[in-house]
Amino acid sequence: MIRQNREPLIFEISAGGKKSVHLPELDVPETKGALGDIPVRSEISGFPQVAEIEVTRHFTRLSQTNYCVDLGFYPLGSCTMKYNPKVNEKTASLPAFTSAHPMAPDSLVQGCLKALKTTERLLCEIAGMDAFTLQPAAGAHGELTGMMLVRAFLEARGNPRKTVLIPDSAHGTNPSSAHLCGYTVQEIKSNEAGTIDVDGLSQVMNEDVAALMVTNPNTLGVFESDIRRIADIVHAKGGLVYMDGANMNALTGIVRPGDMGVDVLHLNLHKTFSTPHGGGGPGSGPVGVKSGLEAFLPVPLIGQKDGALFLDYDRPRTIGRIRSFYGNFLVIIRALTYLLTLGARGLREIAEIAVLNANYIRKSLEGVYHLKYDAPTLHECVFSDKNQKECGVQNIDIAKRLIDYGLHPPTMSFPLIVHGALMVEPTETESKRDMDLFIGAMRKIAREAKDNPDLLKTAPHVTYVRRLDETAAARTPVLRWEEGK
Amino acid sequence: MSYISLSDQDKKEMLAKLGIGSPADLFSCIPEGIRLKRDLDLPAPSSELEVARHFESLGRENAYDRYLSFLGGGAYDHYIPAAVDYLSSRGEFVTPYTPYQPEVSQGTLQIIFEFQTLICQLTGLDVSNASLYEGASAAAETVLMARRATGKNKVLLASSVHPQYRHVTRTYVKNLGVHIEEIAWDEAGKIDLDDLSSKIDDGTAAVVLQSPNFFGVCENIGEIAGIAGAHKALCAVVVGEAVSLGLLEAPGKLGADIVAGEAQSFGLPPSYGGPYLGFMACRKQYVRQLPGRIAGQTRDVDGNRGFVLTLATREQHIRREKATSNICTNQALCAVRATIFLESLGGEGLREMARQNIQKSAYARDRIARLPGVRKKFSGPAFNEFVCEFPKPWKDIDRILQGKGILGGISLEPHYPALRDCALICVTEKHTKDDIDRLVQAMKEALQ
Repeated sequence: MIRQNREPLIFEISAGGKKSVHLPELDVPETKGALGDIPVRSEISGFPQVAEIEVTRHFTRLSQTNYCVDLGFYPLGSCTMKYNPKVNEKTASLPAFTSAHPMAPDSLVQGCLKALKTTERLLCEIAGMDAFTLQPAAGAHGELTGMMLVRAFLEARGNPRKTVLIPDSAHGTNPSSAHLCGYTVQEIKSNEAGTIDVDGLSQVMNEDVAALMVTNPNTLGVFESDIRRIADIVHAKGGLVYMDGANMNALTGIVRPGDMGVDVLHLNLHKTFSTPHGGGGPGSGPVGVKSGLEAFLPVPLIGQKDGALFLDYDRPRTIGRIRSFYGNFLVIIRALTYLLTLGARGLREIAEIAVLNANYIRKSLEGVYHLKYDAPTLHECVFSDKNQKECGVQNIDIAKRLIDYGLHPPTMSFPLIVHGALMVEPTETESKRDMDLFIGAMRKIAREAKDNPDLLKTAPHVTYVRRLDETAAARTPVLRWEEGK
Repeated sequence: MSYISLSDQDKKEMLAKLGIGSPADLFSCIPEGIRLKRDLDLPAPSSELEVARHFESLGRENAYDRYLSFLGGGAYDHYIPAAVDYLSSRGEFVTPYTPYQPEVSQGTLQIIFEFQTLICQLTGLDVSNASLYEGASAAAETVLMARRATGKNKVLLASSVHPQYRHVTRTYVKNLGVHIEEIAWDEAGKIDLDDLSSKIDDGTAAVVLQSPNFFGVCENIGEIAGIAGAHKALCAVVVGEAVSLGLLEAPGKLGADIVAGEAQSFGLPPSYGGPYLGFMACRKQYVRQLPGRIAGQTRDVDGNRGFVLTLATREQHIRREKATSNICTNQALCAVRATIFLESLGGEGLREMARQNIQKSAYARDRIARLPGVRKKFSGPAFNEFVCEFPKPWKDIDRILQGKGILGGISLEPHYPALRDCALICVTEKHTKDDIDRLVQAMKEALQ
């Protein structure tokens, strides 16, 4: 992250006559008027024309202004920014997989189908569910699929119901996904411990409620210890329990959602199973269900007949299709590589060490930063800026100052139930040395907040750009480059 | 192995600090009764060498890459310049997350801003988002967006839109009270304008068409947009083969209000269906109805240009159930690949790629249609795919072709029972004249 010259937009260095990648000469006789009366363009106005060296330097320089897991500690809470093993990239780039066409006859892609089938089986075992679909492209896409399954299941029993209960600590995607399935969202307030108020839940749970969407451990990193009772209350009134598996990294090999009373869940392969986040995707959000919901899974599923695998479309009760083809296949290959590398012991170890690391950081910063909830936490902990507010410093200032120390900030201002939140999730892959660097920087920043708050408020100081005006960006949106502007 | 980097000494010190004997003590908040009392039943751990070997052997169970393939239908095998793989595999692009902290994410943000610009230039529209999952859900999002923008609930969907895109669209809107009617195609393989005119009314939110459509036929977007506009319905054009935008007139210039679809063709290999790259662009007045992330330009405190994620008040983390979509993670790294692809080819390169697709498929279509008993199913102009009708069942021909190491096309009968004995054949710039001649010769033999 060296300070460097401003990198122009590619459009600003474009000029006619610069050579780009060439294709071979056309080797078939030309057909005149092949497009009939369809209008064609004489040029793509404004489109760049640059030399290969310019492209290479452009992207290399731009890359150097990004922070990333390969560079350092990235404690973005709830996102599980663990190390992305390089062998996963190797297996996912095998030409046998990258070249495979999704419309190829099943008999010619048995390797792909086997990889998908194996992944389904392993996820069933890890989550304690009976069946999985690997199609959802991301966590929120999994939520949408999962809630469609809930609706289809209830509809088949005669009444899709009206409401979905969601704790106030949940990810914003939960209410949004439930809404897209035609449900009204009813928020349920967390108790003083930051968890679901079981008595409160019994009062609002009724026969209009389709499901409870629960994140466990929740976004505070607190395990919902009453989950069995919670599930019983929901089930007693004929509702279903949906689990957002965003925080599954705390639980692998320790406890399985299927054994807690969960009926439907999604996992995030890009969180728990080490596939890279890619600057915001591609992810993968497989959905697991108990056997009663299996009939409704999106098509196609992978069937087996006479020793060969095939794509099974003969599923009369399916919710339908939720994307083209069969999911983010190469992301699934990466996750499968990871699962086969780790095995059972490795998966249990990731939960244990992720929780150990998070608790080590919590213990080391307790007292320096305010902890609104004192319940024991698992894989992450949520501090706030309450102690620093007295010096006029907010969570954003702390976050930006961390950047000056060469570290990525925690998740900010989430969950909404903690005002000025700083949500820290170190994951299991961090070294003690890197965690100590973070702890040291956080302690130093707390002192700076008292001694020199302006240093925080004007941070970051060492980056390619300094604090950006996000308000202006939203007020007068400039969303593309335009010639002469 | 599990990629843990704590030494025994580190663990000892950390446990001492926490006053516990083992990490297991930290799980006391999980009730005994629900805990897993055994090891997970998974294969034994593997070394890197073993796991690499395992996947190489799994790859050998795929026979697809030993065939000469003319499959398209929503996944296209285009040339990918070497720079795309090389540059996009940098850890700085692969291993960050969504650019929530813009000061340390300018690389991703500027690339998204360039991607949005390229999509606007290609589609002829004002604004683009940062990506969507893939083409089918992008098509579904156009319906949801049109419904928000117009407040109307009826949508006319062309039957010539990719069958999977239509299926996903129906699945997405099933619980939202949207009424979808399909529009037939005519002899040219284009939207039947009479059918469209008879079904459209003032309660119509949008006409959704694909161009080039699933049959590879290019639609007369201008005429359809005119009919839609007369009923204050939006014209949403889905693009399944993004390379076509290099040469066909920009849909936005012809009256499209929303253009969305699949940009897999821009630097992403077929990869058995994913990850791909959904995109969506629209006219300025609908920008607040766009789903997904959007990057915007701004200044830092020193007055330097920089980029941020913007218009977040549309999004789920702020608006929760009132958000324009539930999208959080999208396909950023795929958008990076597409941007490198497009900037490497440049306008000239992309146009040339599009031209070669048209020419090579026209050559193949002409040669195949000359075979005895074979006919072009549709008279409309094709981009790089076309439908031919054969004098005997396609599955019999397909079997013979496969015996000669060729995948000649996609059978249309499962998707359109009326199109018996028809196959969808795709030719790209990667096919040589020899490849095409080999296909034609093999078909000739298969027909004898």
